[in-house]
Amino acid sequence: MTLLEFARGPALAFAIAVFLLGSAWRLWTIFRLPRLADRSPAREGAASPAAGALHAIVRAMWPRRSFARWTHFLTLNGYVFHVGLAVVFFGYAPHIAFVRRLTGLSWPAFPDPVMYVAAGVTIVSLLFALLWRLTDPVRKTLSTADDTISWTVTFLPLLTGMAATSEPSAAILARDHAIYTTALSIHLLSAELLLVWFPFGKLMHAVLFAFSRGASGIRLSHRGVNV
Amino acid sequence: MSAPNRPIPAFDRQGELSQSERIDVAMRSFVRDFGWTAALHVESCVRCGLCAEACHFYRATGDAKYTPALKLEPIRRAYFREVGPFAPIVRALDLVPRPTTGDLERWQELVYDSCNMCGRCTLVCPMGIDIAELVRDMRHGMFVAGLVPERLALMDRAARQWGSTATPGEDLPDILAEVSERYGVAIPCDLDRADMLVTAAPAELTEHTKALAGAAKILDRAGVRWTMHREGFDASNVGFNNGDVELQERLTRALIDTAVKIGAKTVLLPECGHAYGAARWEAGKWYAGEVPVRVIHMTEFLDESLAAGKIRVRRIGESATFHDPCQIVRRGGLEAAARRVLAALGFELRELQDHGVTGFCCGGGGGVVSNVRSAPLRARVFEMKKAQVEATGAKHFVTSCGQCRITLEQGAKATQWTKSPESLLELVADNLVD
Repeated sequence: MTLLEFARGPALAFAIAVFLLGSAWRLWTIFRLPRLADRSPAREGAASPAAGALHAIVRAMWPRRSFARWTHFLTLNGYVFHVGLAVVFFGYAPHIAFVRRLTGLSWPAFPDPVMYVAAGVTIVSLLFALLWRLTDPVRKTLSTADDTISWTVTFLPLLTGMAATSEPSAAILARDHAIYTTALSIHLLSAELLLVWFPFGKLMHAVLFAFSRGASGIRLSHRGVNV
Repeated sequence: MSAPNRPIPAFDRQGELSQSERIDVAMRSFVRDFGWTAALHVESCVRCGLCAEACHFYRATGDAKYTPALKLEPIRRAYFREVGPFAPIVRALDLVPRPTTGDLERWQELVYDSCNMCGRCTLVCPMGIDIAELVRDMRHGMFVAGLVPERLALMDRAARQWGSTATPGEDLPDILAEVSERYGVAIPCDLDRADMLVTAAPAELTEHTKALAGAAKILDRAGVRWTMHREGFDASNVGFNNGDVELQERLTRALIDTAVKIGAKTVLLPECGHAYGAARWEAGKWYAGEVPVRVIHMTEFLDESLAAGKIRVRRIGESATFHDPCQIVRRGGLEAAARRVLAALGFELRELQDHGVTGFCCGGGGGVVSNVRSAPLRARVFEMKKAQVEATGAKHFVTSCGQCRITLEQGAKATQWTKSPESLLELVADNLVD
């Protein structure tokens, strides 16, 4: 078995299994806990729990004016690398082809120049995030090993992906086999590392954020707080 | 996460528990408090640190140890070691260290001296984590471990004995008689039947008696059949602030059960933020079906009475700014009610730079005002509020929480500031018209 066959075969299957089962397990262990219901009477005219949750989920997309001066850089930088990662993963033609082989699903790709810019901006943005975490006293005080690991497993697929991209998408897709097999294998393995780590660390916030925001939204809207 | 970077000399201990027993009971308490909302909130933190920017203690000092997310470290560790999805592995490999008594002692300052449970951090958190609620859960563990600031522990003992931190219930009739005589207004006490049980904050039985007299005046004008009662009169609920759940329940039940006993349909809470948090939003924990009476804050009562035409007020016609008490507005939903009362008084409202749900806490809530060792920190927080008030140029500085008033009065006194916070209730009482 070649390294590429390993990365595309058992390693990928293992990573997907850990990602799905681990995420499901983490969610189950949260929701198996008791729901400590709020038994106080709701404020007259309070929004329904569903409306309160939805409002909080949407409202937290951008900081309030009171906080803007202090939080805009971090918020903006967060958006840049989150959107950048999504564009790179979902918009790059070879990635779409990879997903199509696995699932049969496909969608239109972005042009290559867009992808190169997106990847470059995302890398710079992630480096900013790392620099901020290593130098700012608040971030330094809060940081744990999870932050380092999560940053690393997010950054590596970008780096290895850039290394594996040496020709236009059309040329890559025109061939029925990969020619830069080592670079591609390392890229795939780095993405699989991200999938394996996902359920164990803070990357899980990609799923948890909606529940977490929603829970506070339900609590505060019950009280009639204008969140 | 790393420990606060400076040694903190200030911590107190109560009881005779050994070191390991303190940890055991604290951990058991932390774990017991985890429902799925608390778990979601601990699990979702990405340690972005934005919560620091919302915290007045961090903003006033620039010290990273006041970052709200850091205040949760012991309960975070308890979660991942005992409750979390991979707890057996975490424990076996000691991936997350078990808190030590030294940790809890150090964190005493962070959860009691420098957190008002005001919830401003919740609004800035991109994950919507309710840090205030988790700090409250942490206080439950700290209390059973006997790791509470001594001043708060002293108040706890008084409230356990008297049902109030201010006075034993048997002295209430005498205090009310003195207030009645001083202000020339009747304050009924211990009536067998009434429609409304009126409660007080400790300060209203001592230095803020004018507020109590003002309440009496308004209630009479509104035609309410009301009473105070020695079996349930102090709404401030030190148990809620300290993390003493048993006392919190006793004090809450004293109010509500007394109201039921005299046939009252409503418990009127004083101008006190944490009284509102404890009785309005937490009483349901102890009444399996439904809280048998309506619990309202004084601001709601004023707003409703004005709207119904039961009371009318003279329009003052001057400028005012309003300090939003966190438990009444950000955590209580009465932002608009207070502003309607101010409008009825004819004030030209000049809002603080940060107001409404994003207003800064006074720095004294959650028992911090009673915690003498936090005075220097409160003074620095006060400077922020003072600057915002002065920037409005408003003539009046109004609030609707007695604890905020005390905190702000202390700050004003310490800085020789001439402006004195005024009570919304007292303004209404002073300007009642027929």
